[in-house]
Amino acid sequence: MAQATIAQTDAVTSSGSMITASGEPLKVSLARAERRKRLTAFFLVVPLLIFILITFIIPIGDMALNSVRNPEVVTYLPRTADAIQEWDGQGLPDEVVFEALVEDLREGMGTPAIGRVGARLNYEKSGMRSTMQRAGRAARQLEPPYRETLVERDATWGEPGTWRVIQRESSPFTLSYFIAALDRTYDDEGNIVQVREDQRIYVQLFIRTFMLSLVITALTLLLGFPIAYLMAHQPARIANLLMILVLLPFWTSLLVRTSSWIVMLQQQGVLNDLMVLVGLIGDDGRLLMVYNQTGTIVAMTHILLPFMVLPLYSVMKTIPPSYMRAARSLGANQWTAFWRIYVPQTTAGIGAGGVLVFIISIGYYITPALVGGQSGQMISNFIAFHMQRSLNWGLAAALGTILLAAVILLYYLYNRIIGVDRLKLG
Amino acid sequence: MPNSEQAFVRFADVQKSYDGETLVVKNLNLDIARGEFLTMLGPSGSGKTTCLMMLAGFETATNGEIHLDGREINNVAPHKRDIGMVFQNYALFPHMTVAENLAFPLSVRRMAKAEIEERVKKALDMVQLGEMGNRRPAQLSGGQQQRVALARALVFEPRLVLMDEPLGALDKQLRETMQYEIKHIHENLQVTVVYVTHDQSEALTMSDRVAVFNDGVVQQLASPPMLYEKPDNAFVAQFIGENNRFVGTVKEAVNGHCTVEVDGRPIQALAVNIDGVGSKSTLSLRPERVVVDPDENRFPNVFDAKVLELIYLGDHIRARMAVCGTEEFIVKVPNASDHPTLERGNEVRVGWQVEDCRALDA
Repeated sequence: MAQATIAQTDAVTSSGSMITASGEPLKVSLARAERRKRLTAFFLVVPLLIFILITFIIPIGDMALNSVRNPEVVTYLPRTADAIQEWDGQGLPDEVVFEALVEDLREGMGTPAIGRVGARLNYEKSGMRSTMQRAGRAARQLEPPYRETLVERDATWGEPGTWRVIQRESSPFTLSYFIAALDRTYDDEGNIVQVREDQRIYVQLFIRTFMLSLVITALTLLLGFPIAYLMAHQPARIANLLMILVLLPFWTSLLVRTSSWIVMLQQQGVLNDLMVLVGLIGDDGRLLMVYNQTGTIVAMTHILLPFMVLPLYSVMKTIPPSYMRAARSLGANQWTAFWRIYVPQTTAGIGAGGVLVFIISIGYYITPALVGGQSGQMISNFIAFHMQRSLNWGLAAALGTILLAAVILLYYLYNRIIGVDRLKLG
Repeated sequence: MPNSEQAFVRFADVQKSYDGETLVVKNLNLDIARGEFLTMLGPSGSGKTTCLMMLAGFETATNGEIHLDGREINNVAPHKRDIGMVFQNYALFPHMTVAENLAFPLSVRRMAKAEIEERVKKALDMVQLGEMGNRRPAQLSGGQQQRVALARALVFEPRLVLMDEPLGALDKQLRETMQYEIKHIHENLQVTVVYVTHDQSEALTMSDRVAVFNDGVVQQLASPPMLYEKPDNAFVAQFIGENNRFVGTVKEAVNGHCTVEVDGRPIQALAVNIDGVGSKSTLSLRPERVVVDPDENRFPNVFDAKVLELIYLGDHIRARMAVCGTEEFIVKVPNASDHPTLERGNEVRVGWQVEDCRALDA
């Protein structure tokens, strides 16, 4: 005969917390029992953590830092940067500052230093590159009093604005890249003002990027919803075939897909030829459908469609048909049942697909670059331009950081309104 | 028995095929009276759910007509049939609160807001969920969800309520409570209910009449006592309740009685459904009608038996015995103060009345 006893002794310490049978506090015992499990779990993710840190977090952090880093003046004109701190910004600085500048220039001769400072100051005040180069070349022959000799050689040194720029950029961090990225600049008095109207591009470009992304997101939803619905309500064999058709673009090179849109849409392309053949348009009235916004929208909608279809499909597949039947039996016609019962249950998929497509299109680069022409360019094309051509990395970093902040803000809003836990990606 | 004039729901020669090769419902003729609680009972794949779906309008009958309240409804869209339905998984709309779920059928009927509110409140009180109106279905227990589904199917006062295995997902105790609750609601509202289940005890507890389905055919349509005590054929006898069966040959048939030879021994039985002398027949005998060690000459049927197994079940003891060539003969011995003590391996005698033993089809 087996004997079983359960001693009913819910042992409690004097402080009121539970203790185990061996007299140890229950919480301590529990923590020890769980620690091993937690450690194992942690070590399993360590490689991934390191990978993400090295390839993702550090580069992004570095890029973000680039948008405020301002080492040129401090590094290459250390004495000037030091001396100009005392200046009150009225008239011209004292002789001390001029002397410091000449000394810095003499030291920098024959190194890339002067070129770099010139390039940096040129972003703030055009003409500074050559002014610095000339001063650098002349530095050896200059004699005191430097203030007079420098101003005599180059009137730029006689403008208080020049010195204000140097003073402003003599700290190791700056906001001027962000100010430039928002189409603003400092005037000669040091106030932040809008740039000349014909030079304003970035704000406009941000707005255009957001509008294009919105249009593309709406179009993918409009086209993707029926496809996903069809896929979710077909027998497995047909659904699989449809799935392959949806994924087919994924397996084709992005370049090939984009180029084929050029073939389709250009003025001498397939679509225009067809419309002329049918008589829809005259031969001289061929439509411009590529190398403009239309081209960007068409090609990107096509490319991003799977990102909308897949989350929608995965959500729709989990909606049992009995909901629609219940709605019908309760007296709703087909449309009411669809609109009031079916669609609300797909919001998780619509949200996921929408966020995915919108965020991807905001940062899209290759398609607008190939088919966007002038009016179809997006912000990422300008980021690339500043990275590769103008080599103004600071501005590129500022534009990128603003984009990243916008995406995070959107994600935050989405989380507040709909809730990220309702996001279903597949 | 409802006749054709007063039949509220009527299936006339209804057939259904999905693939054009086999019939899942074979020539169904069924009349349901107004206010009746009719259960379609059968194993899975017997066609009972298909019949319900045809009635609701989610499946079309391949042949035949379905009438509701004197009107043919074959081509009436589901939302115009005015039939309430309770689904197996409840199908409560997850994005709506309980009150919104109940208001849905009323709002699609464009009812005034005040009236909707009043009706929803009344329906919630009916299922004792008055305080739960603002909860989401996911926050309710299974039994509460079931109640909401029931209230939703009734709130718009439909002519007919269909229930498709509504209690299948509940545990045993809750299922029994809900059975009584549904039965009481049916009695109070006088609404016609068609109920589908594969659980025979559920069917017996709740129904006015039960249609036993098998293989696309109604095997028997009768009240629960009739079904249990007077099964028409071997399938019904086997499907409803526990049953001892013997297979033998009819030797003699006179005046509604017959003698069937089983394993060389003659058994006297009621001739219910036999083809005549010389044909095969299945004898059906309920385990609780068997008496162990009966008095001399009390029964015409008395045979030797050997106890093979005993299971103690509290209110009765189930004994498995070897009788007349079968080793699956079950006897329910009541756990009364004077019950005979059986032990495994005992040699005993068992006997039963002629009227309790029904000779059915082979």
